[in-house]
This record gives sequence, C-alpha cells and structure tokens, in this order.
Amino acid sequence: MDDFQYHAPSSVDGVLSALRGADDGKVLAGGMSLLPVMKLAMAAPSDLVSLRNVPGLSDIEDHGHCLKIGACCTHAQVAASSVVRERIPALAAMAGRIGDPQVRNRGTIGGSVAHNDPAADYPAACVGLGATIITDRRKISSDDFFGAMFETPLEEDELVTAVCFPIPDRAAYAKFENPASKYAVAGVMVAEDSDGVRVAVTGAGAGVFRVAEMEAALADDFSADAVAGIGVSSDGLLSDNVAGAEYRAHLVTVMAKRAVEACG
Amino acid sequence: MSDNGSNGTGFIGASLKRKEDARFLTGRGRYTDDINLPGQLYAHLLRSTVAHASLGSVDTSAAKAAPGVHAVFTGADMEHVGGVPTGWLIHSKDGSPMVEPKHPAMAVGKVRHVGEIVAIVVAETRDQAREAAALIDVDYQDLPAVASLEAARADGAPKVWDEADGNLCYDWEVGDRAAAEAAIDGAAHVVSIDVVNQRLVPNAIEPRAAIGNFDPTTDEYTLYTTSQNPHLIRLLLGAFVLGLPEHKLRIVAPDVGGGFGSKIPHYAEEAILTWTAGQLCRPVKWTSDRSEAFVSDTQGRDHLSTATLGLDQDGRFVGLKVSTKANLGAYLSTFATCVPTYLYGILFAGPYTTPAIYVEVEGVFTNTVPVDALRGAGRPEATYLLERLVDKAAAATGIDRVDIRRRNFIREFPYQTPVALQYDQGDYDATLDLALSAADWDGFEARRSEAGSRGKLRGIGISTFIEACGIAPSAVVGSLGARAGLYEVGSVRVHPTGSVSVFTGTHSHGQGHETTFAQIVAETLGVDFEAVDVVHGDTNAIPFGMGTYGSRSLAVGGTAIYNAVQKVIAKGRKIAAHLLEASEEDIEFADGNFTVAGTDRSKSIGEVALTAYVPHNYPEGLEPGLEETAFYDPLNFTFPAGTHIAEVEVDPETGVVELVSVTGADDVGRIINPMIVNGQLHGGLAHGIGQALLEHCEYDAEGQLVTGSYMNYTMPRAGDLPNFNINHNTTHCTHNPLGVKGVGEVGSIGVPPAVINAVVDALSPLGVTHIEMPATSERVWQAIQAAQAQD
Repeated sequence: MDDFQYHAPSSVDGVLSALRGADDGKVLAGGMSLLPVMKLAMAAPSDLVSLRNVPGLSDIEDHGHCLKIGACCTHAQVAASSVVRERIPALAAMAGRIGDPQVRNRGTIGGSVAHNDPAADYPAACVGLGATIITDRRKISSDDFFGAMFETPLEEDELVTAVCFPIPDRAAYAKFENPASKYAVAGVMVAEDSDGVRVAVTGAGAGVFRVAEMEAALADDFSADAVAGIGVSSDGLLSDNVAGAEYRAHLVTVMAKRAVEACG
Repeated sequence: MSDNGSNGTGFIGASLKRKEDARFLTGRGRYTDDINLPGQLYAHLLRSTVAHASLGSVDTSAAKAAPGVHAVFTGADMEHVGGVPTGWLIHSKDGSPMVEPKHPAMAVGKVRHVGEIVAIVVAETRDQAREAAALIDVDYQDLPAVASLEAARADGAPKVWDEADGNLCYDWEVGDRAAAEAAIDGAAHVVSIDVVNQRLVPNAIEPRAAIGNFDPTTDEYTLYTTSQNPHLIRLLLGAFVLGLPEHKLRIVAPDVGGGFGSKIPHYAEEAILTWTAGQLCRPVKWTSDRSEAFVSDTQGRDHLSTATLGLDQDGRFVGLKVSTKANLGAYLSTFATCVPTYLYGILFAGPYTTPAIYVEVEGVFTNTVPVDALRGAGRPEATYLLERLVDKAAAATGIDRVDIRRRNFIREFPYQTPVALQYDQGDYDATLDLALSAADWDGFEARRSEAGSRGKLRGIGISTFIEACGIAPSAVVGSLGARAGLYEVGSVRVHPTGSVSVFTGTHSHGQGHETTFAQIVAETLGVDFEAVDVVHGDTNAIPFGMGTYGSRSLAVGGTAIYNAVQKVIAKGRKIAAHLLEASEEDIEFADGNFTVAGTDRSKSIGEVALTAYVPHNYPEGLEPGLEETAFYDPLNFTFPAGTHIAEVEVDPETGVVELVSVTGADDVGRIINPMIVNGQLHGGLAHGIGQALLEHCEYDAEGQLVTGSYMNYTMPRAGDLPNFNINHNTTHCTHNPLGVKGVGEVGSIGVPPAVINAVVDALSPLGVTHIEMPATSERVWQAIQAAQAQD
C-alpha cells in the first residue's frame, strides 16, 4: 500500500475542506471496500479523510413515515437495531447477512451506498425500499443515485450523511451469495407500500436494477407464483467463475420468488 | 512391556493437550517473519505478469537509483549458479529419462508462468524495495501460452520447453498392459469414466518467507525459511544450487503455519535470498503476501483421466486400465514428477483384489505455476477416480454400491498388488461395517423421502479406500528414481537430572509433534511428559532428517525416536547392572525403573542418567553420557484405510449442495493422541470437502490466474462443514514397533469421492450420472438442466 495523508476532522465541514485540499482524497468510513483495493494497489489516494471523529453520523432515527440511518452506522448496528428490526425487518435481516462478522462490524451504510459496488446488498435495499440518499447538500432518490458499476452522482467533495428508508407495508430480501466473497450473485429486495411494489436486483447486473414486469405482476397478485414464470434476460448480466449470466438470470427469478414468499 | 510398546504409564493413547498450543494461542509463536536480524534489509521479488514471453532487456537502472536501494539482481546475475533441482527421476515407457530442463532461480531468456521471478530488489525498507521494483522496465516479448492440459497436448501446441516435444516431460507406466486389456476384453461388464481432478491452491495460513544471512567471519550462511524439511533444503540448496558444503550452511525452519505439501519443495526464493545475503554481507528478508502466494506457492492435483474397469458376472473386478494426463506446470518442482506416478499409479488396487491393473501417465508442461505435493499428493487423485468408477460399476451392473465393494475386498494379508505395493495389514470389512452403522446407512431411504417432502434431493455416497503412507523404504524408492533416501532420524538426550530433549528430523507445522513424540518418549522411557521437549527445524541442532510429508512423521520419525529410546534403555541397563551389582541380562526395565528380576532392587532412569554424567562408579569401558541417535529406514509403506460416507441435500432450484453429514471409520494404526488424530482427520476432511464442493484454481487461456484471491477462490469455512462423525477401527502396522500408520492425509484422500458419489446419488433420479469437482451450485444446476433437456 502506498503512503497517504490521514485526516480525522471533527465536523462535516472539516471533512469537506480536507477533501478539497487533497490531490486525490477519499473518504474513509469502515474501509471494507477502500482498504482492500488500496492493498491491491488498485487505488492509491493521496489523502484519506476519516469520519471517525465526526459526531452524529451513527444515529438511527424513527421519523414515523421513514427511518433515517446515519451514514456511519455499521451493518452490525443496523442488523441489531431494535427500531430497524421492528419497523423494517427486511432491512435489518439484509444488513445481518452482509459479508462476515468482521465486515459487518466495520462496514457502514454510507460507505456501501457511496461505493455502489454492483454486488453489494445496500443498493438493492435502497432501490427496493425507495430510499432517499441524504448528502451534506442535497437529497437524491435511490432511482437517481445508483448508476452503473461504482458510479453515483456524488461530487468529488460531497459526503453522504444519511439514508432515509420509507416504511413499507411488507418487504423481504433474498440473496444468493458468492461462496468465496459472500457478495451477492443475485440479491432481490421486494417491497410493497401504498405507492405499489418495487423489485430491485443487485449482484446480477452491472448495477442495481428494477424488474418492471415483476413489479406489475406483484401489484396485481402479490404471490410467489406471480413472479415464478417471469425471467430476466441474461443479456448484460455479469458472468464470472461462480456464475455465468444464464445462471444469474435464473437466480434472479428464484430469489424474487423467495423474497415474495418471505414477505408472508 | 506390553505388546503395544507401552510401559503402561498411560501417555500413549491419552488425549494430552498440545504443548505447542500455549504459544500459538497467545500469539507467541516464532515464525520466520517474526525474526529480525541486526542490519537486516528487505527484498521485493519482481514477478512476471505474463505466462510466456521472451525476456528482452530488463532495465534496472532506475530501480538501483531509487531511495534506500542496496542492490537489484536479475537472472543474468545468478546464471552461474545451479538450477533448482528435481528430487525424482522418472523414466518413460521406452526407458528414456524424463525431460528435465534447467530451472534457473531467476528467469533467464524466457518467462514461463505468471509469478516467475524476474528480479530481486533489496532496500532498507519493504516499501522502498517494492516501490523501486515498480521502476524496473521489463521488455516481455509475448509468446503463445499453453495454460491447460488440453492446450498443451493439442497438435501443434506452443512449446513450454524447446526440448519437450508435445510438452511431454515423460510418458510413464506401471502394471501389465496386456493382462489388463485382455481381462477387460473378456469381462462380462465393462464400465468407463472420464474425470477431471481440478487444480487446487494449498493456502497455508502462513505465507512463505525467507531470511538469508551470511557471516563473513566464518563464511557461514544461514537461511530461515518456511519449510517442512530443513535438511532437505540444506542438501538441495547447498549441493545443487549454490555449491555450499553442509558445515557452512544452516537452515532454520522455526514455527511454520501450515504446509500441506506446499512447503516441501526447495524454492528459488530460498536460493535467491541466501545468495543475495552473501553478495551484500547483510541479512535480507522476503515475506510473501497472499496475492504473491497464489502465483508462487506450488499448486496441487490437476489431472485429466480416463479409466476402464472390467467385471465378471458376479461383479468381481477383473481388470483396470487408467490413462492420465498430469499437469506439472512450467518448471519441475522438487517432487512434481513422483506425485502423479509413484504416489498415484501404485494406488489403483485400492482395497480391492483387481488382479490386472495398468496405469499410464503423461507428465505435461504448461505455462502455469509449478505443481507439487498437496495433502495426499497423488493418492486423492487415484482414490477419487477409483471410487467414482466403482460407483459407476455398481450402477451399470445393478449391484448394490456397498455390496460391490465388499465382493472385491482384500481379506488376506500380506497382499501383493499388481502395481508394486504389498499391503501388510488391514480389515476393510470392519471399517465398512462401522461406517455403515455409524452413518445409519440402512435408514437413508426414510431420510431421502423426508427431504423430498421439503423439496430437496437427498443423496448418500460412500468411499472405501487405502492409502500408502510412511514414506518410504529408501532402497525401494531409490530403485524407482528417488534421488534421496527417505529414512528418518531421532536423537534422545537424557540430561543429568533426568529431563529429556528429543531431536527429530521431521518438522511440525501444525501436526503436534512436540506433544505426540513427547508422549512416546515419556511412555517408553518412563519419565514425566513435562520432562520431555521435542526439538525440530534447525539443521545445526538436529543430526539429520528428511522432514514431514506423506504422513510419515510418526511412522518413520516416531519409530526413529522409539529406536533411539531403546538404545538409551540398553545403555542404561549396563549402568544399572553395574550399580546394582547384577548381571545385565537380569535387569528388567519398566515404568522408568531398572530392576533386578525377581527382586525389589532397582535404579530409576534419573539415577542412571546422573550416574552416566557423573561416572564415579561406572562400568569399565563404557562411555559416559546418555544420548543416542537412531536412523530408521522403514521396511515398507504403511497402509491406513477406511470408509467415508457423506450425505447431501441438493436444492434443485438453485443447485446448491448442502453437506448434511460426514461419517468416517478409519484405521490409521495405533493412536498415540486421539485428540490430535481426530484434529488431523477434521483438517483433512475439510480439505477434501473443499476439493469436492468449493475449491478450483482456474487459469484463462493466456495463462493468467483467474482465481487469485479469496474473493473468487473458495476456501472451506466452518459454516460449510457439518459436525464430523469420526470412528476408529484399528489394526496395527506389522513392520514398525509402534504399530502406527499415519493420519494427516486421510480426509483429503477418502472423502472427495464420498461427497461426489452422494451428489450424483441425489441427482440420479433425474438421470445425472456424473458431475465434476467442485460440485458448485452452477454446475449442479447445469447438470439438472441438461438431464431435464434430455427427457
């Protein structure tokens, strides 16, 4: 790993100014994605700006119609949170299955959404639940936030501070994981609220995507059978040594079905 | 002494806690990377990024000028030293010796695999060395690569070595071809199978490391290295590569965190670090990281095989023919050539009386990381092929899977196989019966239908196997091409106050020798377990040794120690007879006491030891001191055997295989420490299950490693494994005094076919007849799709 300057400011403004002062600065939250790529020399930022001393980023607040989860909440914290477990149990269960215990105790929701790994779980949770990403300067809907692989509308000096999840009527996440990395090969979040049904898929494609045909079918008949016959095209899906595109496409349907079943 | 070699003090057979664990569990182990010498520099090894290329200029000028850099060396600088040698000469069918290209320590002229060493950069710090290495400009002129067995053996394939036509290192055979073919031709039933035994990465938890040091005042070199066999490294490095005499070369292999065979070979890094230290007169350390380990540690397995079995009308095996292509990688690692031949071909009798067997093996060069021993080394490959074939034979003949095995079991010992080995002892019915009962084989159909009610396909699979361990009688292996003897050395030093130091030429890197060997000495010498310490891993401390591999440490090394103890007792008897004013013949030794037969007059081993070192009243002409060394050359291999049964449930929708249970009934010979033996079995089972279901080292067509990290190379985790149901039925080895056989490789040999047989059994209602390892969810799903498409 190459040398870098380390900063640990104590405010959001301090973070932003440290980023602006750096040649190639990166925000360091849990480091579960950033540090491995730095170890492999696939990234060599000049500066790391840690969020560890910034207060108020690890709170979970119940706003009635939604839950606001601070960007520095770890996956373990979300998984164990009594308010999340009560209000959006699918979200707590999803967080409890990210990676392994070490990852869950370091990795954060803000880091995960800002990184937008195509195989991460949070993008499916955010898009599936219709979450809003809150930054130091604006609010961005999930549908607009998660672009192609590793792409987001975040500015170089913009910081995710929280994510707001509307409370669904029912929701569940089903995941088929890579046996080596534990990332999603196909992860499907299904959620229903007064606006309708959302089906969001991570792991299978080059970024999280929704399956309109499944959403329409479920809006009509919220049952596993309704999606069992709906396939997604393998065109454009990822393919690797664990799962080819056709298998991934098949798994999307199976996971969607299982998510619907789990919604009860 | 009882018939099992025991003095009755109870140390043998007791699950004593391991002496070594206190330091390991508290982080106080002393591994190579924990050692730092005064004035130490750090090395970074620049490795090839391409699988096959002519090496144009290697411009090191910028690296040499970089901050902190002391030296940069390339293959040209080391060209005058010897090549890294191969330990076993194999002859082809026509009698010609194998193609044995020179293996330079650093690439000269060409690179032949990703990860091959091109240059060493030595600097004040690790970071400086790494950053300087990035400044080296290497002109790789790409050549077409062959990254698989199929590609290497195709007509007109690019050649890894100019001297190896068809990329063939050797074309070896064992057994009687005419007899096997005639038996198959005349057989009532003939079944065939093609199998892949996929390549694996060993993945010891401690990456390799080395520190070279040179003392100009004594002209002595010291190499600290992560090795399973320090004396072997001294022999190969000293005599073959650097031309250093043994008394000027010390090899220290301190605590080593796992080997699994990947720390047997003499590696180029060991030569480079030692040589570089001599050039600079400074200690130089290199420590591999995990990414580097994936492309520089030897890898394992990688066979393509086809086999045919002939059976008579009663299901008795009459003839077996096996043809195998074995991937050796780009260079011949130390034991690369013998693993797919003499550790593979001679296993094909298994536990069965097949009278005619023929095995032919092509050893093939490819542009991949060298292949060498990996836990089981040849024997898992043979066992997997044989046990898959036997299951196929059962299906083809309609004979029950258990029954067909039983019909063919060897029951009279010693048994001479048609492929060189002579089994001394075994009871295959006993382990089979024990396993069937422990696994509730008869109750399986109820479990299958219950699983079916949950939408799962349940299957059960069995494997009955033998292995050849305790490597090996020197004269036998010498006649087969081994370039070393495979005896072992043990020294027992009884100190003046009765404590004991034991020196072994084997090496412990997870096996628990410090405990097991202490139990043998404590029991046979009648001293306290706490009074015995075992020393290993330093050529300056230990007389000699051949190291640890092939489940040999207890059967060969333990016997050497046992024999040294007998010599100590023999000398002690003389001293005791003198002190007791009795005739030597009248002295009996038991429980640590020399007693005049029929009396209560005795001297303890402690009193005798003190007398040996303070010889005021002492037998005339007898040397003082109480220390003996034994070299033990085994008379035969040992033959552990057993039955493994696996039960799986397949999710037909996703193809996911859940391993529900694993039952083993093993005969590993006499057990010294049951806890350690079971731990070894657990580790081996995890390894074998990893091969069956999870692990697969894959290269792309250009020879780039696809699975170069734990993000895509699946190691077994605790959650992937069921609780193991381990059972023992023991017969004693007849040709070593302890009756021991070996246990370290049992799981990785026995369980893979049991697991795959279970998966195939689960899928057989759909018409699936075979699935390759690892049985990943995608493969199982594809097999189900293909079977359904045929309906």
